Amino acid sequence: MQPSSPAQTQQRSADELRQISLNMSKQIIEITSEAGSGHPSSSLSAIDILTCLYLRPIMRYDPDRPEWPHRDRFVLSKGHAAPGLYVTMAHAGFFSQDLLPSLRKNDSPLEGHPNMRAVPGLESSAGSLGQGLSLGVGHALAGKMDHGDFHVYVMLGDGEVQEGQVWEAAMFAASHKLDNLTAIIDHNGYQQTNAVGKVMPALYPLPPKWQAFGWHVEEIDGHDISAILHTFEEPPETGGAPRMIIAHTLKGKGLSTFEEDAKSRKHGTAVKEDHVQAALDELQQQYQNQT
Amino acid sequence: MNIGTDIGLDYGPATRDAFGEALAEAGRHRLDLVVLDGDVANSTRTEYFAEEFPDRFFNVGIAESNLVGIAAGLAAFGKEVVVASFAAFLMCNAFDQLRMSVAYPRLNIKFVGSHYGINIGQDGPSQMGIEDMALARALPGFAVLCPADAPSTRKATDAMLDHEGPVYMRVGRPKFPIVYRDDFEYRIGKANLLRSGDDVTIIACGLMVACALVAAHQLAEEGIKAAVLDMHTVKPIDSEAIESAARHTGAIVTAEEHLLAGGMGAAVAQVVCRRYPVPVACVGLDDTYAESGDPEHLLTKYHLAPQDIAAAAQSVVNRKQHVST
Repeated sequence: MQPSSPAQTQQRSADELRQISLNMSKQIIEITSEAGSGHPSSSLSAIDILTCLYLRPIMRYDPDRPEWPHRDRFVLSKGHAAPGLYVTMAHAGFFSQDLLPSLRKNDSPLEGHPNMRAVPGLESSAGSLGQGLSLGVGHALAGKMDHGDFHVYVMLGDGEVQEGQVWEAAMFAASHKLDNLTAIIDHNGYQQTNAVGKVMPALYPLPPKWQAFGWHVEEIDGHDISAILHTFEEPPETGGAPRMIIAHTLKGKGLSTFEEDAKSRKHGTAVKEDHVQAALDELQQQYQNQT
Repeated sequence: MNIGTDIGLDYGPATRDAFGEALAEAGRHRLDLVVLDGDVANSTRTEYFAEEFPDRFFNVGIAESNLVGIAAGLAAFGKEVVVASFAAFLMCNAFDQLRMSVAYPRLNIKFVGSHYGINIGQDGPSQMGIEDMALARALPGFAVLCPADAPSTRKATDAMLDHEGPVYMRVGRPKFPIVYRDDFEYRIGKANLLRSGDDVTIIACGLMVACALVAAHQLAEEGIKAAVLDMHTVKPIDSEAIESAARHTGAIVTAEEHLLAGGMGAAVAQVVCRRYPVPVACVGLDDTYAESGDPEHLLTKYHLAPQDIAAAAQSVVNRKQHVST
């Protein structure tokens, strides 16, 4: 019998997801601004993908049973996108949205980077880059050993794949035919101090590197909800290969407050209080242009 | 090595052999046990487990970071996981993974580092784990074990698997003298008194326990009665036993095959200072790497031989008398 998770009987439409993503993008700006720090631009680049995974939902999970063995696993390897994940998990019902404004504050479980022991449903503690793919490989390997019916998703940053451990994990995953594993690179093009292509030009082109490591590689527009849904909901036959989805995204989702920093799109910088309304208005405008 | 033969110690298997055998035995009744290797299974002796349980054994390749990361994923899933590699490569190469992917989320994984100390000899410093205990001690929640011989390593392996929480255990490459001949109890966190004495207590771990017994024998010939305490668990350290030794003998020597920075001696000295200050001397590697060579030659050259422990004991006994007069 196919295990079911009662919380997820109905799928949300692409239009609904666009609206939710807008709301969550606004919350990311607000709660990081309230905290006075955090990584809103790195969260905004990932938010449309997170929206689809958790709120279509593409993933199978039950927020009332975060340890449910049949759940799909999502490992956030780029831990600095924690605000984006927290907002998404709150909307998914893992905890109350009332908790969101406590981000980074004293005694809050919503720490600056994810602490899996503090938040039910978090599958990883992260913040030191390069480690999440190995964790996901461990889950996927356990799934293969136990004939588990779940899928493992890992989200990496593009700068993050400069870490050698990522390629150690990539080799292993392909060697062991972990086709229950899908990695996503949030390819927003910027890291802490500069553009990825400036810091490490030879990291590009990304797709052939992953192909050479035995992965099935696809590239998508990481802000196109319909494209994201299509990619995840109609997976190709990979012949046993793990899947890499390189999602082209915008660090800060194209908002002018982030764009004005040509070097790093204001990495790790919250929007100042007096700029918040302008950023929210711009998000609203962006949404209206899109729909 | 001939250490201890002069006082009648017999040589048993290497502690890595004892670990490998105990692990394979454990695999027979621990059906969820998974063992991960970084392409050194024939050195760490996890090959015994691999031969018997190929479906529960993975050689992750020469990739220690990923080795620890995959272990974390398996443990988060719910598997019982043992990871083994060389002490130096596992602890030094994958320290951030141990910190971030294991210690911080408090995952229940057992790590075994082989080829610790300078007793590995000819392969030289790149292969010698001499900082592994300091690194493991610095991981919150980790227990750190350094058993003295093959019989205690068998029991330590079982105790490690029964222990709730992450553990690091170091095992040696060559055959070690047997210091536990009769039946004995092995409990994590509970030091074992192997020899009684009133004048000084030598607190040792690993191969240095045999060296300490030889030193105690030498000291007895000079009229100094030395107790020998096997501090097989370096963390959590047995504070009660240390305080009791300080009170009873009034002087402490520690001996370990490890850098003095952050090792067992540092842990013991901290307890002595806090609970019952008495003179302490620490025998260990003093801010230096060793070199390639014959194990016994290296132990002598780097001042880890029985005579160095005896000299240290002599010095703390002298200091004790100085303090009391």
